Amino acid sequence: MATPAVTLETSKPKRFNRFDNPWINPSLIIGAILILLIPLGSLVGNLVWDTDLAFVGSAPLKLPPVGFARDTIRGETIGTWDHPLGTDGDGRDILALIIVGTPRTLAIGVIAATAGMLLGIILGFTAGFMGGRVDDVIRLASDVTITIPPLLVLIVIQSVIPVNLIGMALLIALFAWPSPTRLIRSQVLSMRESGYVKMAQVSGASTFDIMFKEIMPNLIPYLAASFIGNMTGAILTAVGLEVLGLGPQRVPTLGSTIFWAIQLSALIQNLWWWWGFPCLLLAIMFIALLLINLGLDEVSNPRLRGASE
Amino acid sequence: MSQALLDIRNATKIYQVGGGMFKDKREVVALQDFNLTIADKPATITTIAGESGSGKTTLANLVLGFTSLSKGNIIFQGKDTADMSPAEVIDYRRNVQAVFQDPFGVYNPFYRIEHIFDMVIKNFKLAKSTADVRERIEAALNVVGLRGEDILRKYPHQLSGGQRQRIMMARAYLIKPKLIVADEPVSMVDASLRAAILDVMLRLRDEENISFLYITHDLSTAYQVGDQIYILYQGSIAEKGLTTKVIDTPKHPYVQLLVDSVPEPDPDTKWDMDIELPDEETMRAGDAKGCRFYPRCPKGWEHCLSAAPPLYKIDSVDHEASCYLYEANEAAD
Amino acid sequence: MTQIQKTERGKRENKLEPVLKVRDLKVFYDTPQGDVLAVNGINFNLYEGETLGLVGESGCGKSTAAYGILRLVQEPGRVVGGNVYLDDTDLMALDEGEFRRLRWTKLALIPQGAMNSLNPTMRVHAQIADAIRTHEGRQSKAALKERILELFRTVGLPARVYDMYPHELSGGMKQRVCVAMGIALNPSVVIADESTSALDVVVQRVVAQTLIKVKELLGVSMIMIGHDMGLMAQMVDRIAVMYAGKIVEIAPVRNLFKDPMHPYSQVLIDSIPSLKEKKPLKITEGITHDPRNPPPGCIFQLRCPHVMDVCRTEEPPLRELKTRQEVACHLYELSADGEVQRVASPT
Repeated sequence: MATPAVTLETSKPKRFNRFDNPWINPSLIIGAILILLIPLGSLVGNLVWDTDLAFVGSAPLKLPPVGFARDTIRGETIGTWDHPLGTDGDGRDILALIIVGTPRTLAIGVIAATAGMLLGIILGFTAGFMGGRVDDVIRLASDVTITIPPLLVLIVIQSVIPVNLIGMALLIALFAWPSPTRLIRSQVLSMRESGYVKMAQVSGASTFDIMFKEIMPNLIPYLAASFIGNMTGAILTAVGLEVLGLGPQRVPTLGSTIFWAIQLSALIQNLWWWWGFPCLLLAIMFIALLLINLGLDEVSNPRLRGASE
Repeated sequence: MSQALLDIRNATKIYQVGGGMFKDKREVVALQDFNLTIADKPATITTIAGESGSGKTTLANLVLGFTSLSKGNIIFQGKDTADMSPAEVIDYRRNVQAVFQDPFGVYNPFYRIEHIFDMVIKNFKLAKSTADVRERIEAALNVVGLRGEDILRKYPHQLSGGQRQRIMMARAYLIKPKLIVADEPVSMVDASLRAAILDVMLRLRDEENISFLYITHDLSTAYQVGDQIYILYQGSIAEKGLTTKVIDTPKHPYVQLLVDSVPEPDPDTKWDMDIELPDEETMRAGDAKGCRFYPRCPKGWEHCLSAAPPLYKIDSVDHEASCYLYEANEAAD
Repeated sequence: MTQIQKTERGKRENKLEPVLKVRDLKVFYDTPQGDVLAVNGINFNLYEGETLGLVGESGCGKSTAAYGILRLVQEPGRVVGGNVYLDDTDLMALDEGEFRRLRWTKLALIPQGAMNSLNPTMRVHAQIADAIRTHEGRQSKAALKERILELFRTVGLPARVYDMYPHELSGGMKQRVCVAMGIALNPSVVIADESTSALDVVVQRVVAQTLIKVKELLGVSMIMIGHDMGLMAQMVDRIAVMYAGKIVEIAPVRNLFKDPMHPYSQVLIDSIPSLKEKKPLKITEGITHDPRNPPPGCIFQLRCPHVMDVCRTEEPPLRELKTRQEVACHLYELSADGEVQRVASPT
């Protein structure tokens, strides 16, 4: 006799989401907390730690992190609490570098993504609403831009003209606009046919009203997801440039730290803390952004949510 | 004689379909030489009935200004809609309102219900003060049997389909237009609630003198509320006239088939014979000459292929059909 | 092949034994505010060769009941209780593997909106062949083709549909493809859920006539779920009326139309618009109570014009009052000699 497959359940089944609000889901919250820890951490760090230690020559060279030892010709060097994450080959304190560099890396992401998104909104709405030639031109431009490898072009540009942080962010934004543009354009095209837009037209709403009061609010989940995606891409590109030595020279960033680590043969010398901690921070940043993205997915796609409404 | 409220003359709408770099575009005639008049007084409910592909949705879109005519004119209260200034367009919108089929899609999910009322009050300047606004909205909701405090602060997904559709009727009542285009207003609503919505339509006609263009595929509801009926087939009028006359004694073979195919809610009266549908392709020959119904017509003969039949009068001015069977009668204008 | 099928069915031992027996089926949906009692204990029989109509307004649970019987209820719904006997086998007691063998081969469903769920990238014959092969294993291509063409003949589709894609077909043809898929494995029971909604009147008639023809040809027993009473009158032998998760009346179709006993059935029959005369419109409400929290006693008490005190406390059982007419209502009482008497309701 087979076991009955349908259990006559009278007990309540487990529920994943006690709240009706889809914005309160684990991925989104954890991701947001992690991301917020970065500016928070740097704020605290600036108050608590001496960021001057990020300058070259402010500490003994190649000190391992606290609790670790390193063999040198002159015997063993042990890490101290003076420099809990160790120092690099130029005498910079790793912790200071992280406190100074991480928010800068995040900032590049934010600036590039914002600029890209603004451009995307303007172009996407124009293309979606006006259609015809204008739409064709914008679509062509975005399709072409997508095929251009940003890293390659940026390498060329920045090896010729050195740029600062904001400049680099804006350059990256030049390659970040096609994807929000396409997203917004396609959403505008489909929402334009929706019942509530027709209703607004019949109610005497102007085109401006329809664009910004009817369509835009419904785009927010998509815009947010696109923004986060752009941020991830921008940070990746920026770090890529920095690791190649093409980032802004005057300020330490996570990427430039890794660059120097490679330049000064940290790998061979087994100075793992030099490139290790920046990489760890980058990993945390990307994971946080991914979690936020997953969380936003749950908001905009009701099927992914835990319990039903 | 007072001018007509709505006068549609020789309206034709042709869509270009398909085509690309190497394929030719195909022309689909959605509406052909369509004429309709709605008098200013008394208010009437004019039904536009037909199946999918008949052109009734196209007609609704044309009257509501969502698309424009390829040929012909739509004249509202003496003014051609193609020549309206922006101020006149707002006035037109205020006088020609709509109730749509889908009681969910018409609500913006981002806003609460009050948003749809606020929008029209603002754009059409319907109220003088905040208190006035609230009073008018409450009065409108009461007409459909709802109360403001239950409804206004809710989101669309929290209400049932029947409630949402009634709110749409309340909105129409608030605006008090001269004409309401009701595009399948009850087809997505439960049978038990249909009567409530149709009742509001009748009351708006009788108490507020609002005329309706009631677009539907359901002949039973048309029979209950329509004064005049136009039955469309593939873009042309097959038969038109007084609703009771046309449905009780249909003259056009298509309309006869249609009336016969409505399932009779009497278990002892079954459909009398099996019918077959011809192939899809022959049914939709948009560029064919002659009567569109010919491929399916049990009574068709060669003459039907020569040209599309005009409307002929059947016994009185209240009943016309476009079929060569009635060629002996005088042609309608 | 179809002839053989019919004879086998005719060999059923006791013709009065139902093919399908549903007893106390319960399907609930889980929501953050509590369970929605979508199907709250329904009982009915399906006899061989008959078509049973299941009607009710939207939200009454008729589609959920169909999914419950076929064990296709998905999260957040779940079958909470009840038995479904198909020829003496309790479907609820089988494990998933065993049931899957029965599903589609003995018991088929033509779901709501089926014509929109046809795979747009596969030709029609491929989809039907898929369904057949999944349940019967590999077959010779020639035999399969012949079988599919035979199916087309049964539902009245021209042979050229074999190689076409779904988007090339009209609504009526797509729906008939779905009917063909449903009967492809010669099931004994077919459940058709809203098979003709969203179709034009004339096409609706053709599809409805196809279903009637299929039933006669193959001898299947059918459950037709819908809300169009006119169609029901044309197509079914008996009707079960559902309201908010419960069945309130089951009667032969003529009895229900001429003499509906339950007050809700009366509302339904009254609100059918007719093409014969202009009647004043009868206005009613929809389901008024919270489906999570039905009132104790009779499920219809909040809308019933004849509600009595007993209705608010005791749930009326579904009893057979006249021959084959079962009603769940306190208004009726069976006197000693089997006569139905109507209890006087308070004014």
